[in-house]
Amino acid sequence: MTILFRRTRALEAQIDQFLDAVSEGCLVFEKGVDDYLRHDEPSFEERRKAIGVFEGKADALRREVETRLYAESLIPDHRGDVLGLLENLDNVIDQAKQTLGQFEVERPEIPEELAPDYLALARACVQATQHLVDSCRAFFREITAVRSHIHKVYFFEKEADRLADGLKRKIFAMDLELARKIHLRYFCFHVETLSDRAEGVADRLAIYTIKRTI
Amino acid sequence: MTWLFLSSGLFLGWSLGANDAANVFGTAVATKMVRFRTAVVVAGFFVVLGSAAGVSGAAGTLGRLGAIDAPAGAFAVALAAGLAVLLLLKRIGLPVSTTQAIVGAIVGWNLYTGRPTDPDVLRRIVSSWLLCPALSASLAAVLFIAARAAMPHMRIHLLEVDAWTRVGLLAVGGFGAYSLGQNNIANVMGVFLRVSPFPEEIVVGPLRVSSVEMLFLAGGLAIATGIATYSHRVMKRLGGGLTALSPLAALIVVAATATVLWVFASPTLSHFLRTLGLPAPPLVPVSSSQAVVGAILGISLVRRSPVKWRAVGGIVAGWILAPAVAALLSLVALFVLANVFLLPVAAP
Repeated sequence: MTILFRRTRALEAQIDQFLDAVSEGCLVFEKGVDDYLRHDEPSFEERRKAIGVFEGKADALRREVETRLYAESLIPDHRGDVLGLLENLDNVIDQAKQTLGQFEVERPEIPEELAPDYLALARACVQATQHLVDSCRAFFREITAVRSHIHKVYFFEKEADRLADGLKRKIFAMDLELARKIHLRYFCFHVETLSDRAEGVADRLAIYTIKRTI
Repeated sequence: MTWLFLSSGLFLGWSLGANDAANVFGTAVATKMVRFRTAVVVAGFFVVLGSAAGVSGAAGTLGRLGAIDAPAGAFAVALAAGLAVLLLLKRIGLPVSTTQAIVGAIVGWNLYTGRPTDPDVLRRIVSSWLLCPALSASLAAVLFIAARAAMPHMRIHLLEVDAWTRVGLLAVGGFGAYSLGQNNIANVMGVFLRVSPFPEEIVVGPLRVSSVEMLFLAGGLAIATGIATYSHRVMKRLGGGLTALSPLAALIVVAATATVLWVFASPTLSHFLRTLGLPAPPLVPVSSSQAVVGAILGISLVRRSPVKWRAVGGIVAGWILAPAVAALLSLVALFVLANVFLLPVAAP
């Protein structure tokens, strides 16, 4: 009995570590965008490396959890759902890492007056990811709380949509070259994608939650 | 010769293991919560234990239905019941009741030999066939409603729920197998009670083992062999054959089945209820097939989930066919033994 539950608890801990990695990776993303907007190059580079570490850790943990779920034939009725959940959550941190990488490669020239809008957009997106991680934790441990977290994910996704829309309007109202406008819009779109990914996972989670009723 | 006659009882035991015992662990194996091998070991061990403990209780009721007093008669009755189960199992592929088959075969013996069938005992047995699935369905429904209300508030990690469900399935399945042995051993060896080939008593160290205990132990081992060799197919079909079940629902099905089998087999419970002045359930062999199907339907009705009613119809038809086919086969077997092999099928 002790061995059975020791192994179960070890797997629970791995799932928690995976969720921690996703959550922290997304928080680092927000700090990275902030550093970029403040032109704090060393700190930005540090964040970019840190998010890579979190993403790698999340990948490794996800694979290990998936392997153990199958190898030990655990949660046969929810295994597919849990795997789908973990893989899609992994895509969220992947998106954050990629976006930060694009800032590093393409170096968009963001006008000072747009910096607060980009930061607000990044914050709303990261809020959506944090509530998503909370809803995933609830899915494993406190199923009744999933809904209240999911609705916050939806709220911040809509907020991100609103902010992105306002930002794009501002960009195209400015007296800039069309190529630069498109470049700026492109980064707005990249940051915004993070909340869209979070919303996609929340949609799946809502269905998985209904399925978890016995 | 008597040993040869006992072989039909062992065959019936084997078919009970292959068929009825599959019911106990069927949902657990079908939902992939318990490996088939683990189910075989646990079910085999506890069914033997229950069989050895089933000396008193349901066996007496079958004895009162038909006091078979010739080894050849007991052979024919057990063989007819075993063949009826196997025939219907192969034909419809879902669990049919060994209990009903043996009752049908005994009635066939009564008809052939001209012995009277006690209508009171028959009524008690047949009414238990209605009571058993109804009780199992109600119990499963109540347990399911309670679990559905309590589970979301328990804040247990999904993986821990999974681990506890596995432990529960093994524990309750073990109890179910024990109850099955205790209740259904009467079906397998009940007809040989008066014609046992074992010595009156053997003493092994501090243990004194009676002829009946040896008989029931042999029957238990035959049931365990049936579980190990032929129950896999029934187990797999049972889980998904009627409706889709979650592991927790599977646990409730096993718990309801085990409890119902125990209620109809335990002299201790019966005595306890009587001392309290409460009505005690009759100690009759009931069908694990009926209990498990009742439990699955009970949950399905609460959950309002789609039920494969055609499959349910097939099973219910099997319940009606089993005693009828067994009675018919019993008449044929008795006729052949008496007229072709010139063996006495009843004491003069």
